[in-house]
Amino acid sequence: MDTQQNPQDEPQASDARPVLEGPDIARVLTRIAHEIVERAKGADDVVLLGIPTRGVFLAQRLAAKLAEITDRKIPVGSLDITMYRDDLRMHPPRALARTEIPGDGIDGRLVVLVDDVLFSGRTIRAALDALNDIGRPRAVQLAVLVDRGHRELPIRADYVGKNLPTSLRETVKVQLAEEDGRDTVLLGAKQTARGARQ
Amino acid sequence: MQRHLISAADLTRDDAVLILDTAEEMARVADRPIKKLPTLRGRTVVNLFFEDSTRTRISFEAAEKRLSADVINFTAKGSSVSKGESLKDTAQTLEAMGVDAVVIRHGASGAPYRLANSGWIDAAVINAGDGTHQHPTQALLDAFTMRRRLVGRDAGLGQDLAGRRITLVGDILHSRVARSNVDLLHTLGAEVTLVAPPTLVPVGVETWPCEVSYDLDSTLAKSDAVMLLRVQRERMNAAFFPTEREYSRRYGLDGDRMARMPEHAIVMHPGPMVRGMEITAGVADSDRCTAIEQVANGVSIRMAVLYLLLGGNEPAVTHTRTTEEK
Amino acid sequence: MSKILIRGAKVLGGEPQDVLIDGQTIAEVGVGLSDEGAEVVEAAGKVLLPGLVDLHTHLREPGREDSETVLTGTRAAASGGYTAVFAMANTFPVADTAGVVEQVYRLGREHGYCDVQPIGAVTVGLEGRKLAELGAMYESAAGVTVFSDDGKCVDDAVIMRRALEYVKAFGGVVAQHAQEPRLTEGAQMNEGVVSAELGLGGWPAVAEESIIARDVLLAEHVGSRVHICHLSTAGSVEIVRWAKSRGIDVTAEVTPHHLLLTDELVRSYNPVYKVNPPLRTERDVLALREALADGTIDIVATDHAPHPHEDKDCEWAAAAMGMVGLETALSVVQETMVDTGLLDWAGVADRMSVKPAGIGRARGHGRPVSAGEPANLTLVDTAYRGPVEPAGFASRSRNTPYEGRELPGRVTHTWLRGKATLVDGKLT
Repeated sequence: MDTQQNPQDEPQASDARPVLEGPDIARVLTRIAHEIVERAKGADDVVLLGIPTRGVFLAQRLAAKLAEITDRKIPVGSLDITMYRDDLRMHPPRALARTEIPGDGIDGRLVVLVDDVLFSGRTIRAALDALNDIGRPRAVQLAVLVDRGHRELPIRADYVGKNLPTSLRETVKVQLAEEDGRDTVLLGAKQTARGARQ
Repeated sequence: MQRHLISAADLTRDDAVLILDTAEEMARVADRPIKKLPTLRGRTVVNLFFEDSTRTRISFEAAEKRLSADVINFTAKGSSVSKGESLKDTAQTLEAMGVDAVVIRHGASGAPYRLANSGWIDAAVINAGDGTHQHPTQALLDAFTMRRRLVGRDAGLGQDLAGRRITLVGDILHSRVARSNVDLLHTLGAEVTLVAPPTLVPVGVETWPCEVSYDLDSTLAKSDAVMLLRVQRERMNAAFFPTEREYSRRYGLDGDRMARMPEHAIVMHPGPMVRGMEITAGVADSDRCTAIEQVANGVSIRMAVLYLLLGGNEPAVTHTRTTEEK
Repeated sequence: MSKILIRGAKVLGGEPQDVLIDGQTIAEVGVGLSDEGAEVVEAAGKVLLPGLVDLHTHLREPGREDSETVLTGTRAAASGGYTAVFAMANTFPVADTAGVVEQVYRLGREHGYCDVQPIGAVTVGLEGRKLAELGAMYESAAGVTVFSDDGKCVDDAVIMRRALEYVKAFGGVVAQHAQEPRLTEGAQMNEGVVSAELGLGGWPAVAEESIIARDVLLAEHVGSRVHICHLSTAGSVEIVRWAKSRGIDVTAEVTPHHLLLTDELVRSYNPVYKVNPPLRTERDVLALREALADGTIDIVATDHAPHPHEDKDCEWAAAAMGMVGLETALSVVQETMVDTGLLDWAGVADRMSVKPAGIGRARGHGRPVSAGEPANLTLVDTAYRGPVEPAGFASRSRNTPYEGRELPGRVTHTWLRGKATLVDGKLT
């Protein structure tokens, strides 16, 4: 049973080097939170939806920072895109993650999708499809911790923690305290010739 | 690696828990305005039913459609099968039409196994009940229902049924539901007790991973779930028990007996129920009876099985006992 | 007919000897016989047996020529080392009249591969209600002495009693297919651990044993002899052992497949393992071997039951019951009885030729390998070992449970009254 997501992208500890450390991550999330408030004119109708696994933790952290800034509780949830992937036939079926839509739903709201790494754009394409089955937001925006380039679809992020120019032979791995015990973004060399992270 | 689901005995504990966990996510789709996922778009599934079973076929059909598969329904009645066409020819004809999976219900024990292992077809085979052999998706939906009720919807994720005491009552001999449940519940760590008159217990049951009792009353107080199996009235004519009245007096679940079950314990029935025989109307309609819930859960379980067998380039379910002996 | 010298064969597995066939009979047996004027068959290392006799064969003709005919069936028999087979009565029409048995008998003679001795039905149409004209069949050209409703059990105790009594008049024997019909309604396989798991209708051992127990007591009561077909359970062995110890005139057969295969094979749901009586457990198999060795079970009979491919290429419940056996019987007996040390080759000759010929009163068969006897002989390469290849069968049907299985022994030559029917493994 293959329940791991993209195991081929795990960088070796030996050759992976950190490009963002804990304090950097906290700083860029604070900046993104401020940008959201600014662009969404107070973030009155913002709903944050993290894409599992690590996008969910980032969304929760962003929600906390937004709450600090706006002094309001910001709805936050998760959006699993597994069933909407366009590469399902290329791998064994993946274990599903939780989709948790906040109580008031997303109709007429500004949904900010949150993910850790933006790469080919296919994950976000799947997320847009998934959203379509759940409701009709006023607008959808995208926040990512790292944009590593190499887009395969006409998709861009509205909020970017760090633009990280990479080659296709490199891997980008985000580690977060909630899942991995520490906050860091690692840049490493790819182990195999198999497909790249989307 | 096999792409089939033939017997509950083929599932490992981790396979089974993955299916239950996946079904839990599938169940949430039912709460959404659009109860549909694009996952099996472009895949064709045929429901090949040689036995009448509207409820099982509809359940599979709902699951297939919610996953966007193309669905073909084939029932043997009025078809070429009734004119003597063989299972092999029927299956090959359907496969020639480009079928990715066959959901088969057949009166002959082992028919799905033959279909999967004889080299007749390449499609994945999902057993929707064969003779008195197996009905694995029924066992999975029963386990799913038990886990939700006894462990909890969210608390149950990743969990099995270790230590839960499950009692199955009724016609064990002729029941594929009983066989599937004994296998799966044992794999999930539950303690199973079968209760039936000795005539309805198969010779050879002593090797099954469960206890056997002829006395319902002595098992009630130590059951977390009591599952009643349908008892067909025709069995009476073959002298399996003297009368309907005597059967229900000794093995039927009525209000008094239900009251002797622990407070948290549930009453289950795979349907269709024979009220007045194995279960009284009062018990069937009580909120401790999960019969309707089981039907709803059936769709989620079948979605999970279809997704895990067909959703990728190879199945996510590993099999432990599948090779054909030569 | 010319002379044939079989040189250096181990007669009944003993010391190497030469056997000279002259015409239809064995002229001489000894060491260093002259090969003058004789065709020589070098047989060093091989075992020479009297031609095998099968008391239980289904030739299917008339009626089911799509699965076997007298010609294909007797060719299969010659391939397997047989010189005489008893053809069961469950044909279409049923062999319950002098006309049908004479037809089958003549076909066998005409083809010349193997003597065919028809078995007559006990009851009209195998229906178990009315005795067939047993006397007429005995008096026919076929000279029937063995009667059986095989495929069905003569379950009515009164009919069975009358049949046992009636055949005493001409020294006949009733061969009973022991299967209590009510206990086996819907039965698909041996009832036990495996059937419980597979959900296939159980075929209890007691359904066989209760009939055997009844029939040995009936035979004792009316002072007749009774033969038990394809005995398959340890319990049946015990009953026959007890009956023989009481002096009851009972004989019994076991099939090769019941000496080798168990119901565990049914887990594959492959109908090639579906047979009547069903494959039993390991315990039964071991009891059957022991009983064959100690003489409780008298003979090996194949129950050769050809079926067309489509009757086996289907789901278990829809499949026909039965296996072909003529061409693999000796190999299975070598595997289970000889190579295990339970029986020597003289014992094999006894169980597969002498005794069956005796039970069926097959004149000229099952005779000693000695001067003056009919030259019905089988030469076996016992050192051979190889996979069973159904494609090479002479039988019209291929429903063997042994496909691909390695078995020892290969019949290289068969002579029927001095005429070679099989030479170097090839039919003549």
